[in-house]
Parts: sequence; C-alpha cells; structure tokens
Amino acid sequence: MSILIYTENWDGKFKKVSFELASYAAALAEQTGKQAIAISLGEVENSELEKLGQYGIGKIVTAQDKRFATLDNKAITKAIAAAAKQVQAEVIILSHDNLGKAIAPRLAIRCNAGLVTAVTGLPESLNPFIVHKNVFTGKAIAHIKIEKEAKVLTLAYNSFGLNEKHSSVEITSFDPDLTDSDFSMEVLDTTKVTGKVLLNEADIVVSGGRGMKSADNWYLIEELAEELGAATACSRPVSDEGWRPHDEHVGQTGKIISPNLYFAFGISGAIQHLGGVSSSKVIVAVNKDPEAPIFEAADYGITGDALKVLPELIQAVKDTKNQ
Amino acid sequence: MKILVLIGNVPDTTTKIKFNADQTGIDTAGVQWIINPWDEFALTRAMELKEAYAGAISSVVVANVGSSQTEPTLRKALAVGADKAIRIDAEAKDAFFVATQLAQIAGEYELILAGIEASDYNGSAVGGMLAELLDRSSVSAVTGLDLKDDKLLVTREIDGGNQHLLCTTPLLAIVQKGIAKEVRIPAMRGIMMARTKPLEVVAPVESSYATSIQKLELPPTKAACKMVAEDNVKELVRLLKEEAKVL
Amino acid sequence: MNFELTEEQLMIQQAARDYAQRELIQDVLERDANATFPAKHVKALAELGFMGMMVDPKYNGGGMDTISYVLAMEELSKIDASMSVIVSVNNSLVCYGLDKYGDEFQKEKFLKPLASGEKIGAFLLSEPEAGSDATSQRTIAEDKGDHYLVNGTKNWITNANSASTYILIAQTDPAKKHKGITAFVLDKNSPGISLGPHEDKMGMRSSDTHSVMFTDVKVPKENRIGEEGFGFTFAMKILEGGRIGIAAQALGLASGALERAVAYAKERKAFGTAIANHQAIAFKLSDMAVKVENARNLCLKAAWLKDKGEAFGVASAMAKQYAADIAMEVTTEAVQIHGGYGYVKEYHVERLMREAKLTQIYEGTSEIQKIVISRSLLR
Repeated sequence: MSILIYTENWDGKFKKVSFELASYAAALAEQTGKQAIAISLGEVENSELEKLGQYGIGKIVTAQDKRFATLDNKAITKAIAAAAKQVQAEVIILSHDNLGKAIAPRLAIRCNAGLVTAVTGLPESLNPFIVHKNVFTGKAIAHIKIEKEAKVLTLAYNSFGLNEKHSSVEITSFDPDLTDSDFSMEVLDTTKVTGKVLLNEADIVVSGGRGMKSADNWYLIEELAEELGAATACSRPVSDEGWRPHDEHVGQTGKIISPNLYFAFGISGAIQHLGGVSSSKVIVAVNKDPEAPIFEAADYGITGDALKVLPELIQAVKDTKNQ
Repeated sequence: MKILVLIGNVPDTTTKIKFNADQTGIDTAGVQWIINPWDEFALTRAMELKEAYAGAISSVVVANVGSSQTEPTLRKALAVGADKAIRIDAEAKDAFFVATQLAQIAGEYELILAGIEASDYNGSAVGGMLAELLDRSSVSAVTGLDLKDDKLLVTREIDGGNQHLLCTTPLLAIVQKGIAKEVRIPAMRGIMMARTKPLEVVAPVESSYATSIQKLELPPTKAACKMVAEDNVKELVRLLKEEAKVL
Repeated sequence: MNFELTEEQLMIQQAARDYAQRELIQDVLERDANATFPAKHVKALAELGFMGMMVDPKYNGGGMDTISYVLAMEELSKIDASMSVIVSVNNSLVCYGLDKYGDEFQKEKFLKPLASGEKIGAFLLSEPEAGSDATSQRTIAEDKGDHYLVNGTKNWITNANSASTYILIAQTDPAKKHKGITAFVLDKNSPGISLGPHEDKMGMRSSDTHSVMFTDVKVPKENRIGEEGFGFTFAMKILEGGRIGIAAQALGLASGALERAVAYAKERKAFGTAIANHQAIAFKLSDMAVKVENARNLCLKAAWLKDKGEAFGVASAMAKQYAADIAMEVTTEAVQIHGGYGYVKEYHVERLMREAKLTQIYEGTSEIQKIVISRSLLR
C-alpha cells in the first residue's frame, strides 16, 4: 500500500509545484504509515530525480520514454495507472495544474478511484477519508468523503508549502508497455512563454485596474513585478479595454489564482474580481477611494493614488534589497 | 461529424451562497440557474464551427444530467442554436455519477466538448472521466479548436506556453476561456424556435457515487485591513517582510 | 391570476439585458456626448431579431408577444434610451402600422425588410404647427391621378436620416379636416425629400432627429395605407401601440436609475455608515421602487390586453403617462442620491434624467394621455 505522486517535468526539470507535491506526499505518508513514491515520465536525469529526496520521497519509478513529451493524456493515464498497480498505490496525487487537471479524472476512472480535485490540505480524517477544497469559486469550503478504496487527489497551488525532509532515494526504471498507437496526437508546434513569470505559479502577483488610468502607466506595474520576481495581472475592464492581454485577467471569469502576495493597484474590488484572488495569502490594496470594497478583502492597504504610490514602493523594495 | 456539448446547470454567479438545512448542499430557493459559463463558451465554439463548416458538421447536441429543473437551461442552449438536447433524468450528485450517465449516450459523437470546470463545485472532472469511460483521446486546457481536413486543429495551454496539435476523432476536448471570444446571445428566432426542437429525456443507468459532501462551510472571516499612510510606503514593505513574511 | 413570465419571455428579457450590459454600455456615454448614431448596434440588434419582434414570421418578424417586447424595451432602456427609441419606433409604430393596416403589396415590399431590421423606419406625423393637435395637418398630398404629390414639413422625426422607409401622415382633403387625412408608406430616398439639420437634443442624443421637408414628392397610389381619410384613425391607432413601447422605455429609465441608486447607496458611506442605512435615503428608494413596480404592472397589463386582442388604448395611455412621469421623478431622485457624483456624466444617472424628460413629451404628451384617460372615464 503506498502513495503515488505524479511529478511532471518541464524539459527534464522539476518546478516548485513538484516539490510541494513531494512535501505533501511525505506528510501524508507519515499520517498514514504508507510509503510515498513518485512516478516520473519522460527524459529526466537522475540528478534531477534525486531532488525529490530532499522533500521526503524515498522511491521513484521512472519511464524515460521521450514519447511522453507530447503530453498525450491517454498515454500518461495508462502509464500512471500501470505504475499505481505495480506499487499498489491506494492514493495517487497530482498537481492541480493544466496537466494534472487533465490526467486525474481519467486516472480515477481507470483505477476505479474516487477523485477530489484542488484539495487544500492533508486529509482531516483517514477512515472515513475526508479532504477539503474551495467551492463556489472560493465562496465556500467543502469537506468531501471519498467512498471508494482507491483515491485520486489533485493538490491546489500554494496550499501546502515546502517541507525539507531528507531521504535517500531509490530510482527504478519502469516500463508502462505503451505502443505508438497509444500516442495519437501530433504536436505541430510549441510556443514557450519565456522570461515572464507565469501567473498561476507565481508567488507574488502585481495587478492593476482602471485606477491606473491608461496602458501607458503599466510600466510601473511591470517594474514592481520585475523587482519582486512577480507575475503581472489585471482586472477585467483593463483586459476588455485592450490595455493588457486576456491571459492576465484575474477574476471569476478569468484566472483564479492563489499567490502568497497579491498587490491590487487601482482596483475597486468588485465581487467578480475578488472571486479570482480571494485565496491569496496576503492581499495589499492601493486605491484612491477609502470606501473601495477591495479594502474589505485586503490585509494591508493604502488610500492613495496608485500612480504615486508605485514609484515609491519600487524604490522601497530596491532599498531593502540593497540592505 | 456530430458534436456533443456537455452542459452543466449551475447557480448564477452573483447568487449569494446559502446552505441547505444539513449543510451538504446549497439552498436552491430563489436561485437563478444558468448554463455553466465554461460550457457556454464550448457551445458558442460548437455553433461557430457548425456555421463555418455546415457540410462537415451535421449537428450540435447538448446533454445534461439533472432533474426537470434543468430543462429551462437546456432550452437556452437550444435557443443559442443546438439542434437537440438530452436530459438524463437523475440528480447530479458527483462527477463520477454524471460521467457514467453521460457515457450511455455520448459514444456516437465524434467530438465532445466540455468546459474545464463548473462554477459551483469547481470539479474539473466530468470531461476527463467521460473520455476514459469511452476510451477515447482527450485534450485539455483547449483555447482553440478548428477543423483541418478530416482532423482537428487544437490549441492548448500547457504550463509554460501554448501548443498546436493535430488530433483525430473521436476526441473529447476540455475547453477554457479563449475558446470563443464571447458567449453568444440567442437571437429572437432561436428563442422562439427552442420549444420546437427535441428535448429527449433518458432514463439513468445504475451507478454509485464515488464521493459525497459531508459538510459545506463559509471561509473564515478575514481580520480588518491594516492601513498604511500614503507617505509611509517603507512601512508597508517592512510589514510585508517581517509581519506577513511574504517578501 | 398568473403573474409569471414564460420561459421564452424570460429568455428574451435576458438576451436584451445581455446585449445592453455587454455591448451598449461600452460606448453609450461617448455616443451621448458626440450625438453619434449607434449604427453597429442597430445592425447587431437587427441580427438578433429585435427590430420586428411582434411581426408575423412570414414577414421576417419574430412572432413574439407584446409582453416580450415590453421586457426587451425595459432592458435596453436601462442602459441606452437612444437605442431603445430606435427599436421602439421601428417595432411599435412603423412595423405595427404596416402589419395591421398594410395590404399584401405593402407588406411584401416594406414590412419585410423593416421586420428583419435590414432597413429601419420612421413615423412622420408631427409638424411645426401640429404636435398635440394632430388634426390640423399642413402637409398636403394632392391626388394627381396615378400618384399623390406631397408638399410640407414634418419635424421632430426620430430615425429621419437612418430610416429607409417613412410612414407619412398628410392631408388629402383639407375641407374634411381630420377626416381628410391619409396615411402613406414611402421610400425615404424619393426625389424631393430633404432633411433639416440634426437636432441638438437634451437627451437621447444618439438617435437621429431631423425635420423632413417634402417638395413635390411623388407617392404612388399603391403606397396609400387604407382608404383616403383613414389617416387620422390610423395615426391614433398606431400611437396606441407605440405608447406601450415608450411606456416601457420610461420604465427602463426608471428601473435603471433605481438599480444604480440602490447600488450607490449601499457603497457610499456618510456619518459612519452606508447611506442606504439612513432612513431618508432608504425611504426615497422605497418610494422609487413602488413607482417602478406600478409602472411595470401598467406596462405589462396594457401589453397583455393588446396580446389578447382586447381594447388597450386607455391602458396604454395610463402606462405611458404614469411611466413617463415617474421616470422623471425617479431619475431626478437617483441623481440626488448620488450627490455630486450624480451630476457628472460618468455615473449615467444625469443622462437618464435628461432622457426621461422626453418620455413625457413625445408620442403623446402626458397631458394628451390624460385627455384619453379622462374621456374614457367621462363617456
């Protein structure tokens, strides 16, 4: 009986979400007395695989098949299911990112498992097995019991944190026995977004609304984001106006994010916007209007003109870096 | 090719959330029901494809698992232009149950579209589960879909970028924002014709639930916002570093 | 007694609301400031089927009931009364007139493109000297054998420039006074028709309003609607239907203003709490809500009577007079509740107030409505 996690790789490298998943699995392993095992698919060097050992993963099964690079959902599901069978996994955990979201439901059916996605913490009870997640776009929390013996979970971003726990790592090779016909998708091209910090992964997000007055002032948002190593985002009216691209729009009908720190400059805080950012750990709001609803959701706030506060904030951040 | 669009019936996103008596669901009194926003985008794209490729796409059908309470929502989908609606007569308690029900009618559709999540329980599960039950290929985080000869040209968001793929049917595409520019407003003609289009009610198959909601609760209330003076921005940075520990 | 709306009616209401809140809102302030015609919205609303809602589908209409029309008019007017007056004139004056009284030739040639929204129409009754008193028409249509020759001036004509089809009311026999008035349908581009400059209006500035001059304009005999001498009755009957559209427009102005006032009152703080928690403001909102509810009920009742085929002239007069008068009151109060913010364009309510004023004047002033109502009481 074990806990199996699917650690995706990006061009052979793991990211913070992989280590978060590992930390969660290690904690769950302790909670349940089972072993935490990771499965890796695709070409990943041992030196990279061993990094999982820093977060408590003692065993890794790897299928170094380069065909996995096409991210074929059916093939990946088959491979993980085969591994799960081999290691007798009772719980399989994936990240709640694009790929995890796509694989987990397929996997649940294939392994006859109960699925809960975007869980926000360790199970509050093992028997019955109950986990919790945010529902109604952050307006409520649901405690869900998995009725089946086998369980599949996806872990919501930034809900667990990294826990260093050094373990020695046993790496074994694994052959999921897939034929070429299992990989039915043809990738024509891939455009990577380089340089920019990705919005759904960012620890810090700097966001602007109509209070920024015009697209011409966005260099201030970008500069602060660069100083902080943050991603940039915006409210809906801003993307509707075309000041910023649609993929930066956070809100109920845009992206839902949960960074550690969310800056809202010149954003009034309409319910639709808050629905996208309310799970942020800390929200900082800067708005001219002291009555703006954003201050009710924020942890820290400044009543003032975002255009005046930003340059000062940028300078203050630079100063602390130089200290 | 026939397209099936999965339609979820969800509360209007501006509804204030009130729990039912035992806190295992929401109080449905006075709730305005709408098509799940992501499914609406999927339906819009399906209609756009049908209009662009009238010869290649013979029909767009919508399906939902729910009681007769969901029929107005299905008729909205018919008003937007779907040719037929199918309602599988059962309460949709969890994603596994819903996918199992849909599997009995979905197999004959070369292309199935599903929104990436539902605005109520945010499950992101039904599409993937249905694909596995039908043993067909699926592709998720789809932001673009087009026909290319006898294949499908798919754009999907991957962590770190975008990909263009060529996929064959049968396919299940799980779509997100970007798949269509904006949701279609039904024309008057469509609204008036909705009632003349077929709405088939299908009996459910035996199925269990894989999960059950034990309790719903409201999130913990936040402490009041700590205000910092406009001319003391340094203090904000200090607080974020030392107190909140996020910098 | 069933006060519920049908599924179709709710869908129609939602479609109008979605279009208004998503599209019309984008440029409504700019069009009001610059008095620019909403050409792209006319096209989009035509495609959605809002231009000939109640016309029989065999003439390209939507075959909808008047209740649906009232619901759509209210939703559009909450956001853009300029757009809704264009919709109203086209639907409940021009299309209604041709649908009810036009012959097959006129329906084929004129009603079809109007109902589909491919073309829009205008209704020409008012003259410089004849507003409320429509019996003294000065525009003359002389019988010339195989056509009529029209000379005269019409003013305050909505859609004068954007329309392709005019319904014209003119005097064919001055001796017979109002029994010598006749109705015609004609092409706006007929030789001899010229337009005065665009009126610089207080409100509904995005709709085009001009005077129209007729100099020896030839109108073929087949374009006459009904018999000679039928024109006055025709005009009065048509205005009964048009009144419902304007009543719904006034309702939308009032309910739109109320919605904005409620939202503002909940957010704005004064003396330590939201102003909505101060009784003075709460009571104002209460009064506004009752007025809006009354106006809505009057509009829907008039629409219901019309749909049943029953006499609805008095009901529509009551709806129009009441809705217009309360629209003026409610929009004014909405500006007041907004305080300083109500006085600037950005918050919309000052525009709603300017637009509400016209609803008390056109398509039969509130005073004329009172004549209609009192006459029916005192018969």
